[in-house]
Parts: sequence; C-alpha cells; structure tokens
Amino acid sequence: MKLTLRIWRQKGRDGKGRMVTYTLDDVSPDMSFLEMLDVLNERLILSGEEPVAFDHDCREGICGMCGMVINGVAHGPERATTTCQLHMRHFSDGDTIDIEPWRSAAFPVIKDLVVDRSAFDSIIQAGGFITAPTGAAPEAHATPVPKPDADAAFEAATCIGCGACVAACPNGSGMLFTAAKITHLGLLPQGQPERYSRVVDMIDAHDEAGFGGCTNIGECTAVCPKGIPLETISHLNRDYLSATAGGKHPE
Amino acid sequence: MAVTGGVMFVFLVAHMVGNLKIFAGPEAFNHYSEWLRTVGSPAVPYRTVLTLLEVVLLLSVVLHITAAVQLARRARAARPVKYRSRKRVQQSYASRTMRWGGVIIALFVIYHLLDLTFLVANPAGVPGDPYGNAVAGFSTWYVTLAYTVALIAVGFHLRHGLWSALQTLGRSDDRRERAVNVTASVAAVLLIAGFLSVPFAVITGLVGLR
Amino acid sequence: MTEPYTEGVPIADTKAPEGPIEKRWETRRFTAKLVNPANKRKLTVIVVGTGLAGGSAAATLAELGYNVKSYCYQDSPRRAHSIAAQGGINAAKNYRGDGDSVHRLFYDTVKGGDFRSRESNVRRLAEISVEIIDQCVAQGVPFAREYGGLLDTRSFGGAQVSRTFYARGQTGQQLLLGAYQALERQIAAGKVEMNARHEMLDLIVVDGRARGIVVRDMVTGEISTEFADAVVLASGGYGNVFFLSTNAKGCNVTATWRAHRRGALFANPCYTQIHPTCIPVSGDHQSKLTLMSESLRNDGRVWVPVAAGDSRAPGDIPEAERDYYLERIYPAFGNLVPRDIASRAAKNVCDEGRGAGPGGLGVYLDFADAIARLGRDAVEAKYGNLFEMYERITGENPYEVPMRIYPAVHYTMGGLWVDYDLRSTIPGLFVIGEANFSDHGANRLGASALMQGLADGYFVLPATVGDYLADGPFPAVSATDPEAVEARDGVESRITRLLAVDGDRTPDSFHRELGRIMWEYCGMERTDEGLRKAIALIRDLRAEFWTRIKVPGTDEELNQQLEKAGRIADFFELAELMCVDALHRTESCGGHFRAESQTADGEALRDDEHFAYAAAWEFTGTGEPPVLHREDLTFEYVHPTQRSYK
Ligand SMILES: Cc1cc2nc3c(=O)[nH]c(=O)nc-3n(C[C@H](O)[C@H](O)[C@H](O)COP(=O)(O)OP(=O)(O)OC[C@H]3O[C@@H](n4cnc5c(N)ncnc54)[C@H](O)[C@@H]3O)c2cc1C
Ligand code: HEM
Ligand code: HEM
Ligand code: SF4
Ligand code: F3S
Ligand code: FES
Repeated sequence: MKLTLRIWRQKGRDGKGRMVTYTLDDVSPDMSFLEMLDVLNERLILSGEEPVAFDHDCREGICGMCGMVINGVAHGPERATTTCQLHMRHFSDGDTIDIEPWRSAAFPVIKDLVVDRSAFDSIIQAGGFITAPTGAAPEAHATPVPKPDADAAFEAATCIGCGACVAACPNGSGMLFTAAKITHLGLLPQGQPERYSRVVDMIDAHDEAGFGGCTNIGECTAVCPKGIPLETISHLNRDYLSATAGGKHPE
Repeated sequence: MAVTGGVMFVFLVAHMVGNLKIFAGPEAFNHYSEWLRTVGSPAVPYRTVLTLLEVVLLLSVVLHITAAVQLARRARAARPVKYRSRKRVQQSYASRTMRWGGVIIALFVIYHLLDLTFLVANPAGVPGDPYGNAVAGFSTWYVTLAYTVALIAVGFHLRHGLWSALQTLGRSDDRRERAVNVTASVAAVLLIAGFLSVPFAVITGLVGLR
Repeated sequence: MTEPYTEGVPIADTKAPEGPIEKRWETRRFTAKLVNPANKRKLTVIVVGTGLAGGSAAATLAELGYNVKSYCYQDSPRRAHSIAAQGGINAAKNYRGDGDSVHRLFYDTVKGGDFRSRESNVRRLAEISVEIIDQCVAQGVPFAREYGGLLDTRSFGGAQVSRTFYARGQTGQQLLLGAYQALERQIAAGKVEMNARHEMLDLIVVDGRARGIVVRDMVTGEISTEFADAVVLASGGYGNVFFLSTNAKGCNVTATWRAHRRGALFANPCYTQIHPTCIPVSGDHQSKLTLMSESLRNDGRVWVPVAAGDSRAPGDIPEAERDYYLERIYPAFGNLVPRDIASRAAKNVCDEGRGAGPGGLGVYLDFADAIARLGRDAVEAKYGNLFEMYERITGENPYEVPMRIYPAVHYTMGGLWVDYDLRSTIPGLFVIGEANFSDHGANRLGASALMQGLADGYFVLPATVGDYLADGPFPAVSATDPEAVEARDGVESRITRLLAVDGDRTPDSFHRELGRIMWEYCGMERTDEGLRKAIALIRDLRAEFWTRIKVPGTDEELNQQLEKAGRIADFFELAELMCVDALHRTESCGGHFRAESQTADGEALRDDEHFAYAAAWEFTGTGEPPVLHREDLTFEYVHPTQRSYK
C-alpha cells in the first residue's frame, strides 16, 4: 500500500520541531507499524537524510519502550495494543498518518519521537516498592494472599510504564501510572506497612515532576495498552484521603 | 474541588425543590421565600440562617473556582506543546466541557442574581414578589432560553462532576463504577428536569400570573 | 583448510569447594572473606545491565552498603529484556508434595543440559531457587495463587513435577519489576547512581584488574570513563547475532565481547537454544520474532503436507495427505518432544519443501482436533490470550485456520567463562545472568533462566564480590591512567571510523545478511563444510562492512544507527567465534547439532569421551585463530546417559 506519513521531526531537546511529510509506497499489510518506520528509515539513510528516531526494544508489547501518538491517539487506533504490536493491516491504501511524540512537560522530547520518561522512575523512587532487603524474607507461604486480591494486584501490576496515559490525558496527568503501582502494592499484605506513606510520597513526586492533576476524564484507561482500570485511580484517592484527611500518614 | 462542588450540589438540590413550590401557587412560593429569611427567628435575627448559607455558598464558589483555575493552569503547563492532530477515544462531552461549562455557569449565576435576587435585570422587579418576578422573566423567550442553556450546562457539569467527585473521594470501584456512572447521570437529569420544569411551565402557561 | 583455532592450556581450577555437593555452597560462603561495613561505604561496584541479574545484583550490593554505578541502554532499568519472559521460574519448593526436591531440580538441570554443565554450580542454583521465591513474594511480586491463598505452580518444559511459579504469561515482567523497585529504592537512598541510556563500549583493565568501563551517553554522545573497585557484567545474551530472534532489538554482545577482547575467556559460544513455537517470518521486512508459549503443544497437533510443494490451503488438504511428523517419528512423546528435537524436525520437513506459508518456512499447529474434542470454549479458556496475540500479529484466526509456527533463536547458553564465584578470567570482572556461561550446559530447561539470573544477582554475587574486595584496597585509578586513555581513545576512534566510511549500505542490511549466514550454517544443524564456509563468508562480509557501511548523523547526539553499527561490528567477531566453536565440537549435544554426529535414526549423538568439557576461548586478535582452553567436566552425582524420546 501507499501511505503519506506526517512525522514530527525535532533535532534535540531544545530544537524546534515540525511535521515533515514522507511518502512510502511499498508497505505490506503484514508489517508492524515500527517495521514500516524501519523501511522508511532505510530509505532515508540511503538518500542521505536523517532517519527518524523512535524508541523501541522488545517489539512484543511488554517492555513499554515504544510509543507514539498516531493520528491523534496514543499507540494508535487499536485498543489495548502498543505501537510495536500495531500492524499495518489496520490502515488502508492511500491513508495519511500523523505521527507525533508523547507531548508532556514531564516527558521532554529528546529527538523526533523519543521522549525522556525518567519522571516515571522518580515516582517509583518516592515509594513504589516494598522494603524487603535481600535475604531477610520470610517463607513465601507464611502469608497467604486471597486469590481475588492477588489477581487484582496482578492486574494493576501489568502496567508497562509506557506513558500513553500521560500522552492521552487532556490534563497531562500521570495518575493512572501512579495509581496502578499504588493499587498493586496496596492490595497485598506485604504492602500494608508502607501503604499510606507510599501514596502521599508518590503523589508528591508525581506533582513535582510536572504532571497535571487528574479530573477523572478516563482517556488514559482508554488508550492504556494493558487496560489498567480507572478504579485504580479511585483506589489511589481512597488511600490518599485516608492518609491525609484520615490522619493515617504521620506527617 | 469535590467538597466545594458537593456543597454547591446540595444547594442546587434544595434550590430545585424550593423552586418546585412555584406549582403550589404564588402564596406558597412567596411564603417560602419569606420563610427562608425568617427561619430561626426570633431566636436569631432576620436573615441569619440565609446569610450563613450564602456565606458558605460563596466560599464554596470561590474555592471551587480557585481550584479549577489551578487545575487548568497545571494542565496547561503539563502540555506546553500541543498535538497537531488529536482524537478523543473515550472522554465524554461532559468531561471535556467542565471548564467552559463552569464559566458559563458562573456567568449565569451572576446574571441570575441580578435577575431574581437584586432584581436589576428583571422585567418586573417587584421586591417581595419572587413569584411574579420569576413568571415575568420566564414569559420572555430569551430569558427562558438563557436559563435553559445555562441549566443544560449545569447538567453536563454535574453529570461529570458527580461521577468525578465519587471517584475522587474514592467511592468508586470495579463493581460500583457502573452504578456510580448511572447515579451521576440520573441525578443530573432529575435535577435539571426539576429546574427546567419551572420556566417551561411558565412558557406553556401552566403557571401564570393569576 | 587448517583448523581456525589453536589449543592452549586447560583450565585447572574452577574454585568450587571440595566435599559433598550439598555442603559446597555453604562452605564457600563460610570461607568467603567479609568486608566490614565502614569499608563497604568506600567501595564502588559498576554493574552493567539492569535485567533480572543486574537489577537484583545492584539493589543487593547497595543494600549491603557498597556504592553502585548502574548502566543500561534503555531509557529505564525497568525495560531490560528480562521483562519479556513469559512462562515462569523454577524453584524446588515442593509445595505440591509431588516428589520434587533440591536434588531433583539439580538432576533435571544437569540432564537437561545434556551433561555439559558443572555439577557444583547447578546444585547451588537448585538450592538457592527456594530462597528466590521467598524474596520475590516479600517484594510483592504477584505470583499466581490458588483459592486457598497459597502459591500456584505448573509443570513446564517436560518436567515431571510441578515446580514452575508464574504470574500469568508475564512472569519475567513481574520479577523484573520487583528487582527494579528494589533498585529504585536504592537510587532514592543515594546508594545507586543510575545511568540509563548509557552504553558500555569497553572495559578498562589496570594492572591486570578490571577497574572501570568506557561508556557513551546515548543522548549527548559524550564518551566517559567510569571507575570502580569491581565490575559486574549482566548484559544478557547474544541471540541477536542471528538478526531474527525472540530477543529484544537492543540485545547485544558488546559489553561481553569487549571484555573478551580484553582477556576474559568466552565459553561455549555455539550453544544456542532454538525455540520451536515462534510465529514464522512474514516477509523481508521482518524485524524480530515472537515466541508463542510452548504450552500450545499440549493440545495442538503439528503437521505438514505429505507432498512437497503442496500449496493448497490447509483446510483443503485431506487427512490422508497430511504428515503428523512428530507423532510419526516420536510415537512416545509425539508433539511434546523437547525443544531442540521439535525444532530440528520442523527444519527438516521444511528443507524437504513441505513447509507451509510464505517462503515455505512454517509448519501447522492445528487445534481442529482439540476444538472438536474439548469444545471451542475450553480451548479458548486455555489459550485465548495466545490465540489473540497470534491473530494480532498474523491477521489469521487460529480457531479456523491452523496456526503456523517455526523455530527461532531464543537463548544463548554460552557466554563469558566464570568460575564458581562468577569471576571471569580477569580479576575483578564478574559476569552474571545470561551473559555468563555457567549453569545450563548445552541446553537450558524452560523457566530456568529467570532462576539463574536472580540466583546470581540476589545471592551468589553479593557473597563472592565481598570476598574479592576484601583483598583491597586496590590502588587508585583515574581517567589519565594510560590504560584508561587507551580504552577511551579506542572507543572514540572506532566511532570516528564508523562515521567516516560513509558507504552505501545500512547497518540493518549487514545485520540481516550476517543473520542469514548464521541461521543457515550455524543454526539448528551444523556441518563441517557449512561452518567453514560460514567463517569465510563472515570474514568477507566483515571486510565489506568496514568499507561500505553508512552511518548517518554525528556522534554528538542520539544516533540510533551509530549504536546499531557498533553492535553489529561486535556481532561479526562473535559470529566467527561461534562458528569456530561449533566446528571444533564434532559431537552433537543440547543446542548444538552436528549432522556428522547422529544415531542411525537421526538423533543427537553425544561424545562424552572427547567432549565432556566446556570450551573457553581466548581472543588473539580480530580474524586471528582463537586459543581453546578446556575445562573438564566431571560427573559424580548424575551419570551421563543418552537421551531418547522415541
Ligand atoms: C521471549 C522470551 C521468553 C522467555 N521466557 C523465559 C521463561 O519463561 N523463563 C525463563 O526462565 N527464561 C525465559 N527467557 C530467558 C530469560 O528471559 C533471559 O535469559 C533472562 O531474562 C536474561 O536476564 P539477564 O539479566 O541476564 O539479561 P537481560 O534481561 O537481557 O538484561 C540485559 C541488561 O544489560 C543491559 N545492557 C546490555 N548491553 C549493554 C551495554 N553494552 N551497555 C550497557 N548496558 C547494556 C541492558 O540494558 C539490560 O539492562 C525468555 C527469553 C525470551 C527472549
Ligand atoms: C467558573 C466556574 C466553575 C468552574 C471553572 C468549574 C470547574 C470545575 C471542574 C474543572 C471540575 C472538575 C473537578 C474534578 O473532576 O476533580 C468541577 C467539578 C464540579 N463542579 Fe464546577 N466549576 C465551576 C462552577 C461550578 C458551579 C457554579 C457549580 C454548582 C452549581 C459547580 C459544581 C461542581 C460539582 C458538583 C463538581 C464535582 C466535584 C468534583 O468533581 O470533585 N461548579 N468544576
Ligand atoms: C429555573 C431555574 C431557577 C429558578 C426559577 C430560580 C429562582 C430563583 C429565585 C426566585 C431566587 C431568589 C430567591 C429569593 O431571593 O428569595 C433565586 C436565588 C438564587 N438562585 Fe436560582 N433559580 C433557578 C436556577 C438556579 C441555578 C441553576 C442556580 C445555580 C447554578 C441558581 C442559583 C441561585 C442563587 C446562588 C441564588 C441566590 C440565593 C441567595 O441569595 O441566597 N438558581 N433563584
Ligand atoms: S497505566 Fe497503561 S498507559 Fe499508563 S504507563 Fe501503565 S501501561 Fe502505559
Ligand atoms: S485521562 Fe487524565 S484526568 Fe485522570 S482519569 Fe485519566 S488521568
Ligand atoms: S517495543 Fe516493547 S512495548 Fe513496544
């Protein structure tokens, strides 16, 4: 098929970007979206132009490295699908496709479609863990976990940290990512001792990193490749209120 | 946000119920207006309770708007470069229009106060006769239109606002999410229907100057 | 042609303690010297890699009090390739009471490795497996549980006991996030300096000790030298030498290869694991292969048309004209034969021209019988998510059309040679996880790589690094030391050279071509003739690479083509060594099948008399014959037997 691509090109962090138009006329419907970009890049290299920089690694939908806004939707038109798992058969011959990076102050563009998502790491640093030094762990069966809790914790824990939620949120909020971790750890008995300090610290880190506030718009869940449910945000709010208004957080 | 929005919601419910008294006729409605001012007396001076309520309400409005402005500014700062192309996937019309909807409501409230409280913008403007004033206003098509538009805005604002407040207060979960959604919609529709019944009753002549 | 290698002295000592095998690790831990807490604060360890091995090691070393500098090429440590592991992690917990034990896991692993691994190491691995589960549960890893709230397990990779712990199909992800979170905690505590988007490009050896690395900041292009008291490589496997593999796109051999060039021996490079159930290549654009869980073989039947060149749609091929070849050749195990056997059988039928799908490189995995027998709902309940994934990638509905599968490179058992303490032959250089060669012999059992990575990182390395550092303090080193300057200059001039060629071929085009050579001649089946041919082809292609490569852009920015080109340059050198290793090992064992060494009915034939050793190679120069050092393997507890699955 023949496609027209309009891709955001930006030299570096401080560069001014713009949309640049390319055409490709030998795209196979079996290609993945990233393979289509590979083809474009091979062509650009040989014609002496700069190839388009984009992040990717596993190309299996699990590492969370890839991600771009395709025709205005984070990760593109297929629900619950990362950019690397999106295939060209979902587009038609003659389509024009707009490709942009995640746009968020907390995720500055490094080059073209590559953004810096270290703000997510800083949220995890603030408390997204259970303090369990190596070697001091009790026998695994010492604390049973009810299956529904374990399953729900797993569900929330499948977040791949891709940042699509932030890219899609009209407020530029990273609440779904933050909530997924809080829900995962908060549902497990192992996560209880740090539950309330965790939520306060992580939200502080979230706000400090420059993400917007959440007004429950729900765009995040809709684009999340792992379908992290909106109720995780509710869970986060509940814990946050208990911690602050409920006085469960010492500070 | 949720707390101040909640206060305003409660006020609206009470206000709507109060307004329905208009169907009971001019005496009942005017009496109710009078009662608002005299409630508690002689234990407390004239208008104490109402003034207190007004203060709480005003405070809520101010805090609510402050919070909304803060959120909007943070959101703007969080996305300094806009998308060239943008498509909605899930967000509802109601959720997207919270900010502009809020502004419309605020403008409406100012107009509404000028109209029925301070009576400056009211075609009749007879102090002590809210019934007459209301009927006079709603007999004019553009007043009714303004109220209708504003009320629909309020409806959308509440539709998302209520849902959001329940989310924010952590009252939603997987099982309840649907229920909360339905509740928010039903509450918003009922409230707006209640409010709208008054001007439409006037327009259709169901309630008129008797 | 003369032999493309020479022989050196055998490796005499692997530092494993003597005595009964179940006491060896305890003995080693007891004899290991300790570093006192006040001194730990003054010591720094570099850890390259943040996968299960590197992430767990960095977090644990920091907890112990060392200063850690951590590196990964992704934008966050959470994205290391370990995240993609699906199936599960083995541990000898015996929660099922089904007869599992540390000894049985040890036994299965040695046997599964086709008697080419060390008994002492494997025994230790089996012991530690138990602690790993405890550690991960304490960190909040959401393993699958049963209704009673206890941990669930499943059987995996043909084991007769149910010892694989899992978190749906995302076990690697959940384990890695556990290690990542522990790491982030230490970053917040200031004990780990995290350098994401930094690539290690060389090792700095001063006075015979590994003392630092040369890294490139992948965003700014800045090259710097980083120093420490010890260096740990946890940079993963090198399956991407084949271009197409199930590995993440960025997986590379650079870190370990650079260490090899600096003197660390590279062991058993030819042992590669080929996974039988991957989604086949759909065209020339293909950039990587996706693994489908092996569990599909429990209910799917594998077949190809009887006649070569039969291009009818699968549904139009009558039962009588189908060849269920695994069931035919291996009546006892049928579709459930081990990975290497299933893979080779698929290659054979495709070589006969009977393959299915585009290019004839695929075999059918048919669920029609299972759907008829169990009902569609039951099949969906079991494999629904896998079917969905398949459909997403291929656009075909496996409920109606049989799946097509083909083998793909999946894991590399070879790696830098290490002793019992995980020390390479360069003092101060430790190697853990898939990057080393230590525990799996010639073939790795399913669900054992995660176990090994975490055993190395959480438990073994922290104990043995201390023993090494207790010999310190070592003399101070700095960026102006001649060794550091030389390493840094080398890296810079290589980059300059790559940019200067300005030829007419892209990095990927070379990588693809190299991959094709490797797959053809050093893939599932190897021959003397093919390997010699491959060596010649690789040398030519390498020469062409250095005259025709085109790397756009500059070295002072994010330059993904430059990164690729550098990695491919190292793959060329490794590829040659893999072929040499495969050529010299004229037996078949595990992941290495030499056509010349098979039984009358086509099974792998091991040669314990001549090849019961690990082959550790010494680098002598690009294109120069490497030197073979043998490490003899002895089997006191598990006695070598020939495998049979008929
Ligand atoms: C699809 C798939 C499924 C699998 N499923 C299973 C399973 O079910 N069970 C099982 O036990 N095993 C499984 N495996 C194998 C297992 O996942 C790997 O062997 C294991 O995760 C390797 O871990 P590691 O820590 O050694 O390396 P990796 O996880 O590969 O980490 C390598 C790290 O090194 C860094 N790095 C590499 N090179 C450089 C450099 N030059 N400079 C700086 N940093 C560098 C990377 O950034 C990364 O952080 C699977 C493998 C694949 C491909
Ligand atoms: C300038 C005027 C206003 C603006 C900009 C505004 C804006 C907003 C915004 C952005 C929210 C969403 C907050 C969230 O989801 O967390 C909200 C919620 C709400 N608003 Fe308003 N609003 C305004 C006026 C009003 C008025 C006059 C009322 C009542 C009559 C009202 C009632 C509510 C309610 C009940 C909520 C739900 C509370 C919540 O979501 O937490 N608002 N408003
Ligand atoms: C058809 C709909 C409505 C009618 C008929 C109506 C009628 C009135 C009347 C008659 C009064 C004056 C009461 C008095 O002074 O005794 C009043 C006051 C007021 N109304 Fe409404 N109203 C309507 C809708 C609304 C809406 C939608 C809002 C808010 C969003 C609102 C907010 C107020 C406020 C804030 C006051 C002032 C209360 C006070 O002074 O204490 N009204 N309304
Ligand atoms: S919550 Fe979903 S969209 Fe957001 S980072 Fe996690 S996986 Fe990506
Ligand atoms: S879209 Fe944004 S506003 Fe909240 S619910 Fe999702 S983070
Ligand atoms: S590349 Fe890993 S999720 Fe897309």
